[in-house]
Amino acid sequence: MNYDAKKGSWVQVHQIILKPEERTAKIPEETKKVPLELWVKGYLNVEGNIGDVVEITTLTKRRVKGELVEINPIYDYGFGEEFVPELVRIGEMVKSIVRGDDK
Amino acid sequence: MALDMSYKGVMSRQDEIIKKSTRIEYSDYEINKLTFDYEKMMKDTGINLQDIIRIQRETGVGNTPLIELKNLTRLVRKISPNGKGARIFVKDEQCNPSGSFKDRRASISVYMAEKLGYKGVAAATSGNYGAAVASQAAMRNLDCIIVQECYDSKKVGQPEILEKQRKCECLGSEVIQLSVGPELFYSFLRSLEETGFFNASLYSPYGIAGVESLGYEIAMQCREQAGKDPDVVIATNAGGGNLTGTARGLIKAGAVDTKIYGASVDLSGLHMASDIDFNRKSFTTGHTGFSIPFTTWPDRADVPRSAARALRYMDEYLLVKQGEVFFITETLAQLEGMERGPAGNTSLAAAFALARELDEDQVIVVQETEYTSAGKHPLAQLSFARQNGIEIKFGNPDEEIPGKNIILPEHPSLINSRHYEMDKLRSSYIKNALKVVDVDELQDIDIEFLAEETNTNVDYVKKNLYK
Ligand SMILES: Cc1ncc(COP(=O)(O)O)c(C=O)c1O
Repeated sequence: MNYDAKKGSWVQVHQIILKPEERTAKIPEETKKVPLELWVKGYLNVEGNIGDVVEITTLTKRRVKGELVEINPIYDYGFGEEFVPELVRIGEMVKSIVRGDDK
Repeated sequence: MALDMSYKGVMSRQDEIIKKSTRIEYSDYEINKLTFDYEKMMKDTGINLQDIIRIQRETGVGNTPLIELKNLTRLVRKISPNGKGARIFVKDEQCNPSGSFKDRRASISVYMAEKLGYKGVAAATSGNYGAAVASQAAMRNLDCIIVQECYDSKKVGQPEILEKQRKCECLGSEVIQLSVGPELFYSFLRSLEETGFFNASLYSPYGIAGVESLGYEIAMQCREQAGKDPDVVIATNAGGGNLTGTARGLIKAGAVDTKIYGASVDLSGLHMASDIDFNRKSFTTGHTGFSIPFTTWPDRADVPRSAARALRYMDEYLLVKQGEVFFITETLAQLEGMERGPAGNTSLAAAFALARELDEDQVIVVQETEYTSAGKHPLAQLSFARQNGIEIKFGNPDEEIPGKNIILPEHPSLINSRHYEMDKLRSSYIKNALKVVDVDELQDIDIEFLAEETNTNVDYVKKNLYK
């Protein structure tokens, strides 16, 4: 059988730490309705598929069990998905004031 | 017998876990439920300012340049009455190894961890502090775990927090990412217990002592470059360690007439533990959501007695709007050629407004910058805000409603320094103290303690207690 991830792959797992009913009292309603979740990365100890409960060994050599959610997870944020032209205008505005040609 | 790892079970072992992971016996400083000996706690670190500077030199921390922002001052003077427009200087703390003043805090904690023989360090932080601890741990060959509040329930993360997570991981740290909620502390305690690592708490005496060098350097550099002590030093304020440590350092340098101002981004109306509000803010630190609770009750931190006690040192507290900080960030880039991150630029926005009210020969020092990058940059932040349905427009920032819109000032003269009433902070602190101890139980020593905590006097405290 072919697995999504081989043993020793660098992966991210997911756990539910507290179910909604286990959450502490002093939080807003919308937060009380959802579980407290955890994600951590490490090396997969056995092969596994996305969605399986697997065990990993983290960088500090902790063994953690959780649902396999990503393999070789990437950082996918950046400088925004859409340019914000207002920023160009700010630069022009302040420069023209300092240079005295804003009249 | 296996340890009870449930929420209740772990929380019931809190004192034990904290003591084992900090080696500080907090009860030694407690005189009663309310009053404790703050200065003794700071002194018992056994580390004085000279030691701090030496330890920080070992890992390349501190000694950052103080830069006069001449074009920014020029801009202030163009839009101020004749004779107004103070000189603005900035302490370029992004020159620290991990890119912020937080290296000063981490440096002493990680040094202690190494000295006490710990194999690793752990910290609960979603901020720059994680990178600072990771960086210092790397230099001292210790393992590192950072526990971070990172995502909402849809696994969507604020780009700034995602950047902070990446940086920790790229510096070799393990990062435990959590969804929104204060129960992060439970996960943190579990990690401390499981690993036996040192708790490099943001709020330990080591963490705060480490910032004293920043205040000290500012006094020395300002005397050299401006020929006098700063009139005002402005610190971006959240948990209060930045302001506290800086103020203590200034005092140690003899700059006792320098006024200490705190500045925060006004995020009133947004709840910090809300799964919905979490991604509706463009600032993840230096905002009122942290600052007001921590200023009016510091001991809500991850150690029993926080060493960050901002109200002891704060002369004034200024609020700025998100749109103003974006405007100033862009101005700093385009007028001064310095791209810097959001937290430092919060106090810069306040300084800009304040400078218009002060005389030309006065000096304001903005006591930090932080690095910027993908995720932290206004392009990332504003684009993310727009995606989340926040309106972005030019106008009067006074009309900004956090979570609803971001108003970029139509003109720099609309950047405003809004004084938050110190009286409100102080009386709120005293009210919080009365949740810990009954008013009838208070003795003279407690009243004196409250006067120190609120930077007032016994009469002021009594008036507030018995009104
Ligand atoms: C760069 C920067 N400036 C200022 C602050 C605020 O510091 P404090 O939480 O000590 O008030 C933080 C941290 O939250 C920060 O990372």
